[in-house]
Amino acid sequence: MSAELEIDWTRCQGRGLCIELLAADLTSDPWGYPSARRADGHQSGTVILAEDQREAANEAVKMCPLSALKLRTSAHQ
Amino acid sequence: MDELMWSVARTSGMISLLLLTGTLLVGIMARSGRAFGGLSRYTQSLLHRSFSLLCVIFVMLHVLSLLADSYAKMQIIDIFVPFLGDYRPFWQGLGTVSFLLMIAIALTGLLRRHLGQRVFRGIHLTAYLMWPIAVAHGLGTGTDAGTLWYRIVTVISIGLVLAAAIWRLTANYLDHSATRRLAREGVKL
Repeated sequence: MSAELEIDWTRCQGRGLCIELLAADLTSDPWGYPSARRADGHQSGTVILAEDQREAANEAVKMCPLSALKLRTSAHQ
Repeated sequence: MDELMWSVARTSGMISLLLLTGTLLVGIMARSGRAFGGLSRYTQSLLHRSFSLLCVIFVMLHVLSLLADSYAKMQIIDIFVPFLGDYRPFWQGLGTVSFLLMIAIALTGLLRRHLGQRVFRGIHLTAYLMWPIAVAHGLGTGTDAGTLWYRIVTVISIGLVLAAAIWRLTANYLDHSATRRLAREGVKL
């Protein structure tokens, strides 16, 4: 089972809750919007979640004030 | 029994007012997108939700105890239709109006993820209408409205909410507002 967190940037207003909850996976751009931490430095709206981040991600989805996050799980890798 | 119900009604009304003011203040704080000292953005959102749901519970207690209090002469219909009451109908009616708004705000808040952002936000913003109506209801018909301590609490509440509302309208209210302004003006960072 793998899980991905999808950021809908058309809804996002960069309130920053998810960056607090998922500090290891998300980083803030200069304008306060979240993006996935990637080694190559490119911005991405898709975060591949480690198993131990699932609970925090669920909470981020639930508490996002703009309902801009979605969790996607797939049974096969 | 009436004495007890009346006490419960007064106390729960007062606590509701404090919780409502707290909800509004933390809501305005959270909306700015800033962390405040020990209060992370996440904590502020949790507080906003907890205060508001607690407030719903205390308002329910307030309404139910008044229904049970024969002196208040409140009928079931007074919960849903304003200004029909026997006892200070105008001021009681304001309570009904803010109660109905509160139910609408609470339900759309809980169903937020299933509603469009526009519907949620439109109804959520009526909180700014509901709060002064509730404050007026308390001042107009609250048993303790004449006491000094009630007036002090009310004046402090109004002062805090006004200050927060004015802050919300200022240009640098949002976190990152300065860099976002630059971005809109086309300045590359």
